[in-house]
Amino acid sequence: MNPLDTLVQGVLLGGLYALFAAGLSLVFGIMRLVNLAHGDLIVLGAYLILVIVSTLGLSPWLAALIAMPPMFALGFLLQRHVLNRTLGEDILPPLLVTFGLSIVIQNALLEGFSADSRRIPAGALETASIDLGPVTVGTLPLLTFATAVLVILALNALFYRTALGRAFRATSDDPVTARQMGIVPGRVFAQATGIAMVVVTIAALYLGTRANVDPTIGPARLIYAFEAVIIGGLGSLWGTLAGGIVIGVAQTVGAAIDPEWQILAGHLAFLAVLAVRPRGLFPRAVD
Amino acid sequence: MSLLETRALTARYGDFQTLYGIDLDLDAGETVAIIGANGAGKTTLMRSITGLVDNAPGQVRFDGREIGNLDAAEIVRLGIAMVPEGRRLFSSLTVEENLLIGAHGRQVDGPWSLGSVTALFPILAERRAQSVTSLSGGQQQMASIGRALMSNPRVLLCDELSLGLAPVVIRDIYTAVPRIREHGTALVIVEQDIGRALSVADRAYCVMEGRVTLSGRPSELSREAIQAAYFGTASPGTTVGAATEAATGAAA
Repeated sequence: MNPLDTLVQGVLLGGLYALFAAGLSLVFGIMRLVNLAHGDLIVLGAYLILVIVSTLGLSPWLAALIAMPPMFALGFLLQRHVLNRTLGEDILPPLLVTFGLSIVIQNALLEGFSADSRRIPAGALETASIDLGPVTVGTLPLLTFATAVLVILALNALFYRTALGRAFRATSDDPVTARQMGIVPGRVFAQATGIAMVVVTIAALYLGTRANVDPTIGPARLIYAFEAVIIGGLGSLWGTLAGGIVIGVAQTVGAAIDPEWQILAGHLAFLAVLAVRPRGLFPRAVD
Repeated sequence: MSLLETRALTARYGDFQTLYGIDLDLDAGETVAIIGANGAGKTTLMRSITGLVDNAPGQVRFDGREIGNLDAAEIVRLGIAMVPEGRRLFSSLTVEENLLIGAHGRQVDGPWSLGSVTALFPILAERRAQSVTSLSGGQQQMASIGRALMSNPRVLLCDELSLGLAPVVIRDIYTAVPRIREHGTALVIVEQDIGRALSVADRAYCVMEGRVTLSGRPSELSREAIQAAYFGTASPGTTVGAATEAATGAAA
């Protein structure tokens, strides 16, 4: 194995995991809601892009752009009419409802698309690569990583530079006082989940173009995303990218040693980080 | 007709009824003090007016409109802003962001803006990029007042402005009150510090165990009557009921 190559592939894979995780991190950061259907929503997004590509004959990128508004609407309505009702002192209702939602999405996809695995066709890009001297990297993984960085930059700008971001942070701090500022928490949460679904659509694009998708793979994506969020430290989006990279590198190194070790190595890295830094690598300052 | 009024306002806090029929009037531009001991129901009264506690629609009226059942976000939009007890600033926002978010629900033309609020409290301009957790208690109270002013409210409710602050700091904060009044804003000042509250108020209400036990102009309220209304421990020959009657008689 070429150590540098393995490392670079791992870092780039981490970009994909960061994309999986960014939406989860956003929602958890604002409303302390753990969405157990997050992975299935990514898979749902991938099927939506696939349908647009195959019926309209568009490129996956254009199809993802078209999929964003309906996915935003889905997230907004889901939060407004279902998930907001589960939020409260008790953390169990949101877990149960999103767990149920996960099963509903998986079975609906199974009914609609069968258990066959599918892939979003990306043409020549699927196999294109760029020679960077000592290592050669796939164009698609490189694009994935660049997109992850852009998504996190954009989310940070939204959080710290806009009135909506201010409302997000204020509501997260103190929803009761936020209401006295004219903020309606339920609406802010719906907007946040809508935005998270736009990020989910971007994640779905790369999930579906890089590998095969079938209706049952959502929960595994959720676990990678969740591990990335926890490793990075709750509430930090750059931490989430770092967490994704830790898992990506661990999986690639594990696979280089023995292909059977790929998934296990990622989980072991997660446990190792938790053992050393229980609050993650970059926990938000205690408030 | 008053700008803000409550009529036979009743409210519960958890399993306990805390307000038993409060009648309160506030005219435009007026400053009213609400005094009373801990647990008298002052904060529940504020929470009822600002929509954090739900009431029957007609129990609270603002500018002729029934608002008792509106949500807090709608009430601030109408022009009633609150400086909550304990300041309740947003800890992940900077000082300036805390001020800006005060205008989130209501952006109207008026005397108060980032510029005029920081002119009122210059320390907030100096510290604008810092976290509010780095401010002293008095500076946090200034930020909380500034945040409420940013919505250019017609009525400003101030809950326990002096709580936990040193006397010299309290004096500084109260010097802002006349400058807020200058612009025609009506104020409700809830205080345990009776002297401080009466010194700035046009009228005062004394609340005990969820009822108004005394009301009138500060100059008309005797020390004994206030004491009786505040603690319920009447001096010899006086009862709470008598104090109320006396006050009502004086007001009429």
